[in-house]
Amino acid sequence: MWKYFIPLIIFGLVFVVLRSGMNDIMEGKNVNELPSPLIGRAAPEFELPSLNNPENTIGTADFAGKPAVLNVWATWCVGCRQEHGFLMELSQSGTVPVYGLNWKDTLPEAQQFIAQLGDPYIDSAFDGSGRVGIDWGVYGAPETFLIGPDGTVLEKHLGPMSWGIWQEKFAPYLAPAGANP
Amino acid sequence: MKSLLSLLAMVLLASTALAIDADEPLEDPELQARYEKLIEEIRCLKCQNATIKDSPAFLATDLRKEIKRMLVEGYTDDQILDFMVERYGDFALYSPRARGKTLVVWIVPAVFLLLGGLFLANIVRRRMKMPIHDEPDSGS
Repeated sequence: MWKYFIPLIIFGLVFVVLRSGMNDIMEGKNVNELPSPLIGRAAPEFELPSLNNPENTIGTADFAGKPAVLNVWATWCVGCRQEHGFLMELSQSGTVPVYGLNWKDTLPEAQQFIAQLGDPYIDSAFDGSGRVGIDWGVYGAPETFLIGPDGTVLEKHLGPMSWGIWQEKFAPYLAPAGANP
Repeated sequence: MKSLLSLLAMVLLASTALAIDADEPLEDPELQARYEKLIEEIRCLKCQNATIKDSPAFLATDLRKEIKRMLVEGYTDDQILDFMVERYGDFALYSPRARGKTLVVWIVPAVFLLLGGLFLANIVRRRMKMPIHDEPDSGS
């Protein structure tokens, strides 16, 4: 008698496995987000022209010794406009220095974007060729990295940032020592 | 004959039109062969279900350029694949390396094949023991 239930049990198991694979979609998470192999490793070093003063350079050396946010943005990127308000607020709150990596863009367009919408960044590095983006495993702007004072990548977010995502993913790393994140 | 030739020409022209990688091939045919194999093995993370050979995304174009540069500079195929995995993770390869978490995708199919084989062998063995009737099975 019990053997007639075997197909039903197999169906149930398959259902559970497939359904658990769908969890992220059901919860409205970004299913294109892949775990970054960079997390926990040293931030890939770079030195690029500064967007605001192209004769100067800006790079990983500028945020050594302090926690920093590196936001990968571009003028052609819709999500970057979406998160711009948040980045302005984050930068004004003084929680953490915010740097930009202007990715696969042109200098005049990027400068115009900043002039029109405001500049949330201490400075942006200009990566027109996208070569530094490759080193950082960037595959779709906007991407936001949190880098620790020792230069390790602590967290990464793909897609537009918001205060909700900030609180959930990034803020715990910046909690003062002793306070459990 | 003429229509056959024009058909052939159409088919041949269509295949060049489909090629996304419109760059000049590498001078060394050996490097070009390795290049063509590599770009079929690496995923375009932007589109996720296309190789960087098939994807028109600028990221794929940039990665193809990077692979060409590395090949010319003398990197081995393994070093180039590692370069991708280091930056984009295991998902960047269509055949992920068999280590750590990715072992699962290599082992599970083998386990299922084994289970299926045992299941099948069991059925066959049982049926072989059955007497051969000429009349339809009475349903034992």
